[in-house]
Amino acid sequence: MLDLMTGNAAAAKAAMLARVEVIAAYPITPQTSISEKLAEMVANGEMNAKYIKVESEHSAMAALIGASYIGARTFTATSSQGLALMHEMLFWAAGARRPIVMPVVSRALGPPWNIWTDHMDVMGERDTGWMQLFCENNQETLDLILMAYRVAEDKEIMLPAMIIEDGFILSHTFEKVDVPAIEEIDFYLHPFNPDVKVNFRKPRRYGSLVMPDWAMEFRYNNALAMEKAKKKWVEAGIAFKKAFGRDYSSLVELYRCEDADVALIVSGSAAGTAKVAADRMRERGRKVGVAKLRTFRPFPTEELLRLGERVRTIGVFDRSYTFAQGGAIYGEVRNALYPLASDVKVKGYIGGLGGRDITEAEFEKMFEDLLAIARSGSMTKDVEWVALKDGSWRWF
Amino acid sequence: METYRDLPQSTYSLQTTESVRTGTWRTFRPIIDTKKCTRCYTCWKFCPDVSIELREEGDYPKVDYDHCKGCGICANECPTVAITMVREDSIC
Amino acid sequence: MIEIRFHGRGGQGAVVASELLARAAVMNRLHAAAFPFFGVERRGAPVTAFCRIDLKPIRTHSEIYFPDYVVVLDPDLVSMTNVLQGLKPDGALLINSAKESCDLQHVKWGKVATVDATSIALKYGLGSENAPIVNTAIIGAFSKICPQVPLESVIESIMKASPGDKRANAEAAKEAFETVKGVW
Repeated sequence: MLDLMTGNAAAAKAAMLARVEVIAAYPITPQTSISEKLAEMVANGEMNAKYIKVESEHSAMAALIGASYIGARTFTATSSQGLALMHEMLFWAAGARRPIVMPVVSRALGPPWNIWTDHMDVMGERDTGWMQLFCENNQETLDLILMAYRVAEDKEIMLPAMIIEDGFILSHTFEKVDVPAIEEIDFYLHPFNPDVKVNFRKPRRYGSLVMPDWAMEFRYNNALAMEKAKKKWVEAGIAFKKAFGRDYSSLVELYRCEDADVALIVSGSAAGTAKVAADRMRERGRKVGVAKLRTFRPFPTEELLRLGERVRTIGVFDRSYTFAQGGAIYGEVRNALYPLASDVKVKGYIGGLGGRDITEAEFEKMFEDLLAIARSGSMTKDVEWVALKDGSWRWF
Repeated sequence: METYRDLPQSTYSLQTTESVRTGTWRTFRPIIDTKKCTRCYTCWKFCPDVSIELREEGDYPKVDYDHCKGCGICANECPTVAITMVREDSIC
Repeated sequence: MIEIRFHGRGGQGAVVASELLARAAVMNRLHAAAFPFFGVERRGAPVTAFCRIDLKPIRTHSEIYFPDYVVVLDPDLVSMTNVLQGLKPDGALLINSAKESCDLQHVKWGKVATVDATSIALKYGLGSENAPIVNTAIIGAFSKICPQVPLESVIESIMKASPGDKRANAEAAKEAFETVKGVW
């Protein structure tokens, strides 16, 4: 059924459609309307779930880890400072192999205080063992949360997942969303039925001590699960396409990359803007494409290598900064493409931090920059900050 | 400020929160009826926004309308019901 | 693609206006998106909201800098904000005002339409004397100047998603459509 809704409304709707059983959430701008909508749905009976009102995001995640151990399907949502407050518990959820699904409404962390979109919050959690997916629009927010339960609860995976929607840009923007019927979702998502479930008649300790001589093997198992998740996301995407018509059958969505001279890797809402810019470039005869990175964890190394075999100049647009080499995605893309290092040029662009708008015109300039690199075969800068107020007029 | 070079290392305000006139947020304003007021100072004690002023012991409490947000706690707590909440007459 | 910017005050319904308009466009089988100016909002403070309408799906997520239409829900805002900022040279302005367009002091623009949305809102009991809810009247008037959003779609949108008394809001929209002045 077609409706017009905000990203937050879509996220709450997905929780309802997934028949989530336990919710523990704490409000934070720009996530708050998810918590509010869920509370409303639980109160009016639209959702048959237990809503635990917790005093902090740390407690929210702790409560859900407990609920997940009982065998309940769990859900929460947060942003920036709240995600950071949960940090310790994120490691626990992944290490304990609890398939919690959590939309994260991306927002910068202060100071300086900032309520607008930025990927620094989720990038700060990329090594926790959580799966991380970026949404381009509100339809993806709804769809990816549903798919996340299917992948996360798979007995071979059992890893938690965060579904990232850009703060305000998606969370507070009304977009067209096709909402599937809950009966159809019941065919796509089966009830959560984990092998290990807390049994009060046989009490045990969970997450207990491991000695160094077995610690690595546990971590290795988690690494394998994340690797396996690549295939599972593709399978879940193919099944989703069969059931609902929308195509999520790859980890990286390639837009006009088949014959492209250059491609720009973008994640999140900016990917839509980049596609519009790519169309404009194409109208002017420039062969450019956009590679939208949907899954960041698991990292789509193989798909990017296949891209790198065809497209020899690749740009990466990051809404984050690592204090090492540029933005988070750039560093990892360059790393993944390293076997092709002598053939592929990779350049990083940092922009849109703290909610700074990123425009079609700026993407066109990035494409022009990449085309110049492709022509000349050389780069003067590995990483550039787009539209930084540095006194130059480079990006205006 | 023109470029990143003109900025301080992190943000800080040049004034205290007193400079933010939160009184403009009000929908209802408290009016203290001094004929009923016994100067028990319960309202001053309960005000969460430090928006009831007392210069000296023995003064009648006065509402600081520049900062009062109109929460109504003072009216609710006043033991002699000396405070009434009255609708502001313009939205801005 | 057409882009619209709304200027209002917190509490007048500028954000709901953008949402209802987007719904109306979708009901007219177009694509649409609506969003407020992203920031902390407060009753009485100036609020900006935006709407995009297109034949094709809307993929861009950048802000709107050069709207095709500007809609002003509160005439006092005209002296407080530059409501004409970025408005395309052949763009149009719609202002909630009881005056004819040529009397509006601060506005020097070619295509200006005015509608007395405040009186219409009060006539149908929408909001209060101090805080009239003019948004449905304003989008009724807007449909007169914007072919992408015909009145039937606006009414359909109001009957589906308007807060408050849907019937009264729909009547307000109809009356505004009929009484908007200065249309070219």
